[in-house]
Parts: sequence; C-alpha cells; structure tokens
Amino acid sequence: MTVEISLQHEFSGFSLDCAFAIDRPGISALFGPSGAGKTTIVNAVAGLLRPKQGRIVVDGQVLLDTGKRICVPVFRRNIGYVFQEARLFPHMSVDENLRYGWRRSEHPASEGEIAHVIAMLGLDHLRARGPSKLSGGEKSRVALGRALLSSPRLLLLDEPLAALDNARKDEIMPYLERLRDDARVPMLYVSHSLEEVSRLADRVIRVEHGRVVAQGSVFDLMAETTFGAVIEAKVSSKRPPDGLSVLVFDGGELIVPRLKRPGGVRVRVRIRAEDVMLALEEPGGISANNVLPAAIADIRDHGEAQADVRLSCGGVGLLARITRASATRLQLRPGKNVYAIVKAVTVDPQVTLWERETPPASKA
Amino acid sequence: MNFTLTPAETEALLLSLKVSTVAVFCALPFALAAALLLARGRFFGRNLLNGLLHLPLVLPPVVIGYLLLVVLGTRAPLGAWLLDNLGIRFAFSWIGAALASAIITFPFQLRAIRLSLEAADPGLSAAAATLGASRLDRLATITLPLAIPGIISGLITAFAASLGEFGAIITFVSNIPGVTRTLPLAIFTAIQSPGGEWEAARLCAISVAIAIVAVLAAELLTARARTAIAR
Repeated sequence: MTVEISLQHEFSGFSLDCAFAIDRPGISALFGPSGAGKTTIVNAVAGLLRPKQGRIVVDGQVLLDTGKRICVPVFRRNIGYVFQEARLFPHMSVDENLRYGWRRSEHPASEGEIAHVIAMLGLDHLRARGPSKLSGGEKSRVALGRALLSSPRLLLLDEPLAALDNARKDEIMPYLERLRDDARVPMLYVSHSLEEVSRLADRVIRVEHGRVVAQGSVFDLMAETTFGAVIEAKVSSKRPPDGLSVLVFDGGELIVPRLKRPGGVRVRVRIRAEDVMLALEEPGGISANNVLPAAIADIRDHGEAQADVRLSCGGVGLLARITRASATRLQLRPGKNVYAIVKAVTVDPQVTLWERETPPASKA
Repeated sequence: MNFTLTPAETEALLLSLKVSTVAVFCALPFALAAALLLARGRFFGRNLLNGLLHLPLVLPPVVIGYLLLVVLGTRAPLGAWLLDNLGIRFAFSWIGAALASAIITFPFQLRAIRLSLEAADPGLSAAAATLGASRLDRLATITLPLAIPGIISGLITAFAASLGEFGAIITFVSNIPGVTRTLPLAIFTAIQSPGGEWEAARLCAISVAIAIVAVLAAELLTARARTAIAR
C-alpha cells in the first residue's frame, strides 16, 4: 500500500507546493495550523479540487497527472472521505446512508464485514433512525461507517472531531483508535490539534503555509514540540508495587498509577514538560518513582525565564521544562548525561494513557 | 338558488383542469433541466438565459398568444408542418391552450425548483461522489429527491396560475365552447352576454374555491415532503 502525492496549486494569494508519500497502514496525520493548506491537499487527493499541477498515485494507479492530462473523476477514485460536518443524506435512514457507498463499491464488503463495522462503531441501534434524530457524535460515527463500507483503499478524514465539543470528542476517539488498530485501511487524518494527533497518529506530516515542513513518526514530532513527550510503552507483566503499574519502553521502566490493563498491552503515555525534573547525579531518598538516565539532546529557550531541555532516554525523546537559572546553575549543555525525574502521579492514566491492542506495523 | 353546475359550466371546469394539468406536467421536465442548468452551471450567457426564461412572467400574455399564433398557427410554417406531418394541431385546440399555459407558468416552476436546488448543500453531492456515485446517479439519488418540496410547490403554484390564464389562450386558440373555453374564458363570455351576471358570479366562486384548495394543498404537500426529507 503506497500513496504518492505531489501538488502545486495557487489561489487568492496562497500557494501550495508539497510532496509526500504514505507507505504504510495506520493513521498519517496532516498536521498544521488553520489555513496551512491541509484541506486543499485532501480535497485534491479525493478529486474534489483540481490542482494546477500535481501527481497522485495510489497503489500504482495514477489518479492525477496534470502533465499527462490524467484526472480520474471523484466517483472512480475509491477514496473514502469523512468530512468535518458529517454530511449524512437527510432523506435516507442511517442504514440507507451506511449502504450508499457499499452498493456502489466494486468490491462490496460481505454482510459479515458490514456487521463488523456496524458493531465496531456501535451503530446497530441507530440503523432505523433518520440523521436528524442523531446526536453530533452519532452522526460522526455514521459518517465514518458510511465511508468505511464503501471499501476505500485510502480514507481521508478532514478534522472529523473539530465540530464536536470535548465530551463528544472523547466519545469518538476510542472508535478512531479501534479503526486505526483494525488496520484495514490506511488513513490520512487532517488535524490542527496536538492532542488528537498525539493520541491517534502513527506518522505525522507537518504542513505550514502550503509546504511540508517536517515528517516522521508521531513520537519524533512530539519531542520537537512544547506539548510534552509521547511515549509508546508496554504494560509489564511484572507484579507491580501496590496500586501501581509498570510500563516498559526503550528508555527503561516507567511506574504509573495502576492501569486496569493486562500485561503486554501497548499504551501511549504523555509526559508533560512541566512534570519532568532534572538531576546531575542519581538522586536518593526522593518520593518520585521514576528516575531515568538520559542524555541532553538540545536546550531551547521557552519564554523569558524558562528553557525546554530535550532529552534522549534510550533513544526515546523526553522533554523537561526548567528555569533558565537552573540550566545555568547545573551547566546543562547538549551531550551531557542527566537523570530525568518523573513523578508517577503526574502521569494521569485517564488523560494521558491510551490503550493500543496491537503493536504498530513499524516505526519510522 | 341552484348550486348544481350546468353542463356548460362543468365542461369549462373540466377543460380548465385538463389544460392546466397537462400544461404543468409537460413543462416540468423543461423547468427541471433549466433549473439544474441555472443553479449548477457556470457558463457564458447564464444571466441572459435566466432573463429569457423569465420573460413569460413580464411579457403581456396577449403578446405570447400572438407570438404563438405567428409560429404555430395553421398557416405558419412550423404550425403547418406539425399539422401535416405529425397531425398535431395547436391552433384552436385545447393542446394549444395547454401550450400557452405551460409557457406562461413555466417561470413559476423554474423559480421554485431553482431555489430549492440552490438551498441544497452541494457538500452532500460531493460526499455521494466520494462514495462512488456518478453524476447521473447523484442527480437521481441526492439532488432531485432533496428538491422534491420545491418541485411540488412549483407544480401547484404553476397549476393555480395556469387555471387563471386568459390573454394568451384567447389570443392563440380563441374562445370555442367545449374546446378552448376554460373557466376564465367562460367567465368573460358570461359577463359579455346580457343577464349573465349570475353565471359569472358562480364561475368566479368556483375559481376562488379551486385557488384556495390549490394553495392549501401546496402548503400541506410541501410540509409533508419536507418532513419526509428531514428524517
């Protein structure tokens, strides 16, 4: 499964010039601020917008090649699209909506697969209803199911959560995670939210002012932002201390409040920069449970008095926000070995731990 | 007082209903096509076409009747050709009355359908395209079903307006009892004849009743179509 995208487009003072490839399943996030050109990119991939110049190849089939005057029409592209507004057909029931793309699919999903998608998205009890009788979150799920049942070879999601309030977002997230881990269809997910991207994406393509400014694994990207580090870890089967769980990752072990998860399950943990303390020597007699040896990758000023220290902890990125005065006092500089201290209680499993049933196909 | 309709009155009423029904249903496909073209199409001369299609609304009906006579009269080339080769006779026949009504009331249908097409979210059609629906498929399964309220209200408004058509009909197909004498023409005739006031009043009452029923039916059917769409 490969998708190659290269686009040049211009409109009203905005120019888009970007190229990237997606060569693995899972969720690739198109991440960037509003107006960066993300929606323009997915619209061009779907065929809803015809760029001035470009080439789009999906699984070896050329969908667009302006040089050769090839432009496959939208309805023949077999690319699913989940819009920000659900865009359900108001004159059809949920079930008719779900089957609209399925009926027109070249390789229609079997009844078993339909049942699987409907169960995965929790839509069974909604099937007879009309779209006007659904909540915002339910509409999003139906839109997701409708796109999936058209058996697309690539699924585009344009800020599918942006129109929802936080409670609805939390309601949809687990479905998106399940979908990602189901790993049947690669997804290109447009978002400007670090939270969504850190939780859902495997790979991130950062777009700013119509250009791709960075791309790589979500973990590398997060280590580059001030959002804090996102670490993927496995729940250890080791018998943990009272009320706690042990997570194993490449940089060592992380003790966190008890997770009701069996050993071997993979989770994502977010460690906020403010919650990481640094020490030059391995401290003893402190309450914090996690003392991780790490090397300083670089130091950047944050505001007037603070500094963000990027750490490599067994190859895994961590971020510590300390005062600039401390950085001077400890004579911190890139390459220096330090100990990162993380209080177990700051890793809140409700907010920052995300379950992942299957390991990712690979990490970039 | 006797409220039973006389044979002549019944004849005028039934003829009016026949002429108007045929007129609006024959104009509907053209109105649909024109509305789609104007609502969705982006082409040179779109505003000009829009103006031309709305001409029947502003032209005096007598002018339209006269133009029809010039083009489709039995001695006009096209009218003669149609009569000789296809056996279709517009002049002095109820078909001609229906044609005149269709042309006069066409803008009512066009306008109602166009408004409902323009009010529809083009995003729905785009969504259908990403789900594999071709242009024609989208038209049949998304665009037209969503325009049904507009189509119904256009049909009924045009029907009501058609029942009142006078000038174009009397100019084009004349006032022949049982053939082209629709309700308005019958009212006109009654007023013209001495002692016909009572008959004119009765015919007017029938017209008013039909108009009220049509307007109520339009409201009801449109509302029902809307609820059926917004499930």
